[in-house]
Amino acid sequence: MHGPAYVPKTNFTRWLDKRLPIIRFVNDTITTYPTPRNLNFWYTFGGILTFMLGVQIVTGIVLAMHYVPNANLAFDSVENITRDVNYGWLLRFLHADGASMFFLAVYIHMFRGLYYGSYKEPRELLWILGVIIYILMMATAFFGYVLPWGQMSFWGATVITNLFSSIDQIVPHAGTAITTWLWGDFAVGDPTLNRFFSLHYLLPFIIAGVVGLHIWALHVPGNNNPLGIDVKGPQDTVPFHPYYTAKDSFYLCLFVLVYAIIVFYRPDFFGNPDNYIPANPLVTPTDIVPEWYLLPFYAMLRSVPQKLIGVLVLFGALATLFFVPWLDTSKVRSCRFRPLMKQFFWIFALDCVLLGYVGSQTADAAWHLGGFDLPLVWLARLGTIYYYAFFWVILPFVGLIERPKSLPQTIAQAVLGAGRSQPAPAE
Amino acid sequence: MRFILPLGLALGFGISAAAFAADATQSTAPQAPKDVQWSFEGPFGVYDQAELQRGFQVYKEVCSACHNLSHVAFHALSEPGGPGFTDAQMKAIAASYKIPAGPNDKGDTVDANGNPLMRPGTPADYFPGPFPNEEAARAANNGALPPDLSMIVKARAGGPQYVYSIITGFHEKPPAWFHVMANKYYNPYFDGWNISMPPPLTDGQVTFADGSPNKVADEAHDVVAFLAWASDPTMDERKRTGFVVVAFLLLLSGLLYLSYRRVWKDKH
Repeated sequence: MHGPAYVPKTNFTRWLDKRLPIIRFVNDTITTYPTPRNLNFWYTFGGILTFMLGVQIVTGIVLAMHYVPNANLAFDSVENITRDVNYGWLLRFLHADGASMFFLAVYIHMFRGLYYGSYKEPRELLWILGVIIYILMMATAFFGYVLPWGQMSFWGATVITNLFSSIDQIVPHAGTAITTWLWGDFAVGDPTLNRFFSLHYLLPFIIAGVVGLHIWALHVPGNNNPLGIDVKGPQDTVPFHPYYTAKDSFYLCLFVLVYAIIVFYRPDFFGNPDNYIPANPLVTPTDIVPEWYLLPFYAMLRSVPQKLIGVLVLFGALATLFFVPWLDTSKVRSCRFRPLMKQFFWIFALDCVLLGYVGSQTADAAWHLGGFDLPLVWLARLGTIYYYAFFWVILPFVGLIERPKSLPQTIAQAVLGAGRSQPAPAE
Repeated sequence: MRFILPLGLALGFGISAAAFAADATQSTAPQAPKDVQWSFEGPFGVYDQAELQRGFQVYKEVCSACHNLSHVAFHALSEPGGPGFTDAQMKAIAASYKIPAGPNDKGDTVDANGNPLMRPGTPADYFPGPFPNEEAARAANNGALPPDLSMIVKARAGGPQYVYSIITGFHEKPPAWFHVMANKYYNPYFDGWNISMPPPLTDGQVTFADGSPNKVADEAHDVVAFLAWASDPTMDERKRTGFVVVAFLLLLSGLLYLSYRRVWKDKH
């Protein structure tokens, strides 16, 4: 989608425009890019995510100047950064808490996409690129969590890499061979730490590349919006600048405010105390808990007694996201007009929180309801079933049986009221 | 079509799930830590310099007999936001510790009497531990390893409350069914209740130069404050910077909000 064309005004910009139309590019993609006029608060997280990727890359590059990827020195080097590097504590907490804020924003962004049907035709590739970014983020965060080489770093790396050994149940010894190859040793150790550091430095740049594709795939069909109806003409849009630069800046600032309060006042809020104990291969922590943003998947993994199937359930939960654009059969995008889907959506959101809660508890935890014990693993099983059912059963069937509410004619009409706006004449 | 069954089910499920109660028969799960007040709590809380100095004295005279403080450098003792020793005091403290100095220019690691070569500590050195290695530490402590204290407040759930409760949590009478193992002590704040550390402090064990009270509770409070600083020596600077950053962001959000409303004035 394009707004008014760029007209170079000086000799230099005319000269530049013929050779490298970079100002035209910025003009078309940022300044005049026509954006639906009704985007709400939930649409500001795309900009926030771009900002957070920048923060993570910049703080990460400086941290890498002081960090030592060596099993004997890594823990001490992180302590040295916190205690003796100038503003090292700030860099480290910005980066560590930044990862959590990044995931918080990405989850809001994804649930927003699900609620307003932003994955539906013609934005399927946009959604799929987003899922790829999300999976790359999880890999990057996992590698990054290993680097401080505390107890949770070490044992988290052990648990996750050991998932691949479940392949032994299909091809004997193949899984163990793959795991040994991933470790570069016969256990998680110095070679593992070195390669995880290398990959942790590489992946963010790949993410940045996919983010470029994601934004490109956004700018071709243009933004979806809370009404989920197509833009019908210029009365439905405003230029991105100054309207959305102003709106996004305000909400970005609020987000950074929350981020700053965590970094400066509760920097260990998202962390686990055990990760302040240096990695020790001889002492297994009582409970191995991943970072909060991986907990729902951890709960799914643990809900299956058979390891290989647990691993398949975990990876299947992620792979499912790739099919969402074709699983939804509804003609209407936005849940605002889908009374039934809206309820299933909110149950799905609660389900993800519930799975996250179960993932944070010990494997044998139970709720005592009167005289009856409910093992949380059963809750995780119910939650996992609902997760899959939501995508593979509810999404296709609700679209067929649901009678959506009637959609407004145009965005302008819905925003300004029928009296004040006339649809533009057809071209 | 109205369809509220799914939401109703979810709500009912949530309410019934909230009605759970804890099971506490013959469990050796740790007791909740004591609730103690600290000067460094809250967004404006700072370390009490005098308390950190007393706590350092308790560490030096008592804890350091068994525990490392390996991540703390001597120079930190005189840095802002810490115990506030003067540079001269800090250098004197550093020099009172002996740091391994071998090999010398002849390649020797021991002197004529066979003792390891040592030198006085400097501000850049870290606190040396009481034992040469983990095996020596275990051998001297019935097989148990006294943990390094430089991160202890951050490395335990419950933080300073937990460490304080462990130090002061002895001398309670165990329940009749509980068996205190050989070479262990009963401490209900410790997971499993059998702790290898003997009660570390007694009333009046440390005499403070400023005449501060020195009951077990006072000594424990002081040393935990010192250890909290050792775990988080940049806290004062962090909170002070945070105040300015948050104030700036609040002001900036206000301005951004006004420009957002102004820009959108005729578009709503």
